[in-house]
Amino acid sequence: MTDTPFFSIRDYRLNFETFDGTYQVLDGVNLDLARGQSLGIVGETGCGKSVTVRNILGLLPSPPAKVISGEILFEGRDLLRISKSEMQRIRGVEIAMIFQDPMTYLNPVFTIGLQMIDVIMAHQRNKPRSEKRNRRQARDHAIEMLRRVHLPNPDQQINNYPHQLSGGMRQRVLIAMALSGNPKLLVADEPTTALDVTIQAQILDLIAELVEELGLSVILITHDLGVVAKICDRVAVMYAGQVVEYGSIEELYDTPLHPYTQGLLQSIPHPEKMMDELAGIPGFLPNLLNPPVGCRFQDRCEKVMAVCKTSSPVGATVSGSHNVACHLIDHGDGDA
Amino acid sequence: MLEVLDLDVNFATKSGKKGAVTRAVNGVTLTLEKGNSLGLVGESGSGKTTVGRTVLGLNHVSAGKVMFDGERTRDKAGQFKPRFRSRAQMVFQDPHSALNPRMTILRSVSEPLILHTKLRGAKLRQRVCELLEIVGLQQQFLYRYPHELSGGQKQRVCIARAIALNPELLVLDEPTSALDVSVQAQILEFLKSIQKQLDLTYLFISHNLAVVRYVCNKTAVMYLGQIVEQGDTEEVFNNPQHPYTKALLAAVPLPKSGQPRRSTPLQGDIPSPVNLPKGCFFHTRCSEAIAGRCDNKPVQNTTLPDGRQVRCVLFEGDVSQARETAGLVDPV
Ligand SMILES: Nc1ncnc2c1ncn2[C@@H]1O[C@H](COP(=O)(O)OP(=O)(O)OP(=O)(O)O)[C@@H](O)[C@H]1O
Ligand SMILES: Nc1ncnc2c1ncn2[C@@H]1O[C@H](COP(=O)(O)OP(=O)(O)O)[C@@H](O)[C@H]1O
Ligand code: SF4
Ligand code: SF4
Ligand SMILES: [Mg+2]
Ligand SMILES: [Mg+2]
Repeated sequence: MTDTPFFSIRDYRLNFETFDGTYQVLDGVNLDLARGQSLGIVGETGCGKSVTVRNILGLLPSPPAKVISGEILFEGRDLLRISKSEMQRIRGVEIAMIFQDPMTYLNPVFTIGLQMIDVIMAHQRNKPRSEKRNRRQARDHAIEMLRRVHLPNPDQQINNYPHQLSGGMRQRVLIAMALSGNPKLLVADEPTTALDVTIQAQILDLIAELVEELGLSVILITHDLGVVAKICDRVAVMYAGQVVEYGSIEELYDTPLHPYTQGLLQSIPHPEKMMDELAGIPGFLPNLLNPPVGCRFQDRCEKVMAVCKTSSPVGATVSGSHNVACHLIDHGDGDA
Repeated sequence: MLEVLDLDVNFATKSGKKGAVTRAVNGVTLTLEKGNSLGLVGESGSGKTTVGRTVLGLNHVSAGKVMFDGERTRDKAGQFKPRFRSRAQMVFQDPHSALNPRMTILRSVSEPLILHTKLRGAKLRQRVCELLEIVGLQQQFLYRYPHELSGGQKQRVCIARAIALNPELLVLDEPTSALDVSVQAQILEFLKSIQKQLDLTYLFISHNLAVVRYVCNKTAVMYLGQIVEQGDTEEVFNNPQHPYTKALLAAVPLPKSGQPRRSTPLQGDIPSPVNLPKGCFFHTRCSEAIAGRCDNKPVQNTTLPDGRQVRCVLFEGDVSQARETAGLVDPV
């Protein structure tokens, strides 16, 4: 990549310093995202998906979080090191975030409309006078945004309270709020995990539409390998605070190379196929207070070698954009 | 072995208008043969858990009946007969809240045995060890507390408790929904193996269609308290007939490359069971609805030649004839 990448995370290391000691939660995360693309981050509970993205908007309290190294670059700016006021200018306007449980982010005692108008008014602060919206215009903009996310009857719904909406409708409202500042990047942390599969399909379709029609870039976090395959261009598989495999949907799903990715894909029942056996992955995540020397997956890996216990595998490009962090790969004796 | 006939379950609504009722289950008929596993799938609020709880006598019955080996599970006064208690057990979604945090695993698993059998002392302990062995946990877990166990291990303990009294039927309500996929795989494998080993029958409730396909040989699809399609799992998944089953299956994102990014998902939300739609309950969201018919007359169950049951007018005699004549469908 010669010119400035749209978004990238470089060698990101982060600890949580707690009473019990220091948890080494992120250990050298690297990720890239091109403008207008969607990147999925997958992995099991506690692997560090949410922690990886929280600091894109400076949302991790420190302490306990402590950044050890790395940078999060957004159009050339390092989001880990910009000033508070600059972060304020980016938040919601250039980058917006949505989460799993919309109810946590909606205030139950105010109408949808009031909350949206407040968000939109907050975005006006740093705008030149001629572009500033007044409350009346903010309200129109809110209705327009609700219409954009296909909420039925937006001009009436805007007067409703969050509890009067279903889970899927609330998630649409949050997406509408996120879009109201016209961001370039949307970070969505498990946006459909709490929803029924039919409602999930509606929300995924909406996100795909926004990428297609508005040229939005998306980072989508999920533990569902189906969701990523459906709407993302690229995918990063995380394990114990590291990106173990990274590539296009084709690269990763057609030729998974990391033993953890292979194990994950062989663990999920396939809705389209009769299957006789699921492989599963025996064992547990390592304790991040005291992670093992070498590969963090070594205790659960069937293909573990002597070198895996002494040195950490670093990500190596296998072909195209397919990147794998495993000694089977950089030693060239894998079944690749 | 298990028969559910025309089951209705209504709940009085807490808030709202006086006399309003939530019609959670509306005329469910199911049969489950010994050694089979029946998957119950459908959106949230479709009544899956209510059916499961009613089978175990944990809910009242508003109309219809539940039979076990041809015998009604309730007496004339509507009371669940005690002798059926040990024959069917339930495993819940959340293993974290299903276990008492202050009880050791030994005590948790002993509890049903102390309540319902005469086993005590060394014999009791031995039985608990046997049960833990069946669920793949070593003796070292006997004196541990739930917080010292992972989610998957806790679910194994819950299953050990559920099989303690040698039940014939297990009602599994979303048993792996709270677990990671690698752990889910282990629990599903293990459920399949103990089913053979102990000759168990499963009523398996899940909103995860792939999981049902993997575990169950029969599948029933629920929508607003009704079963809209039921039959052999492979038939239902490979060749779904009811418009809702088709929409539900189409909504599942697949873990493979090359899927179309945009799809045409089912529109809108599931209507409220307090205010059921007239006619076919699905007509408000159905892309094949026939105006004047589906939103008007109730729909009957039709049995297709492959034994499958479908509740949709498109399969009712006159409509399906008309559609065949018009070349809209191939005869099934
Ligand atoms: N004890 C109760 N009192 C009142 N209403 C109830 C009760 N139990 C269930 N319901 C209602 O009955 C309907 C069916 O609920 P049920 O829990 O059976 O759905 P489900 O299919 O298991 O859904 P989920 O997938 O969310 O678990 C819902 O509308 C629910 O709110
Ligand atoms: N505020 C916190 N204090 C201490 N540890 C935390 C905190 N937030 C997250 N962690 C730990 O960081 C790791 C990664 O968490 P997270 O990113 O939330 O995982 P997930 O991949 O499920 O989103 C876990 O081990 C978690 O326990
Ligand atoms: S580096 Fe070694 S232990 Fe780690 S995944 Fe590769 S083969 Fe397995
Ligand atoms: S009866 Fe009508 S509305 Fe109901 S599923 Fe069939 S076609 Fe659709
Ligand atoms: Mg998370
Ligand atoms: Mg339920």
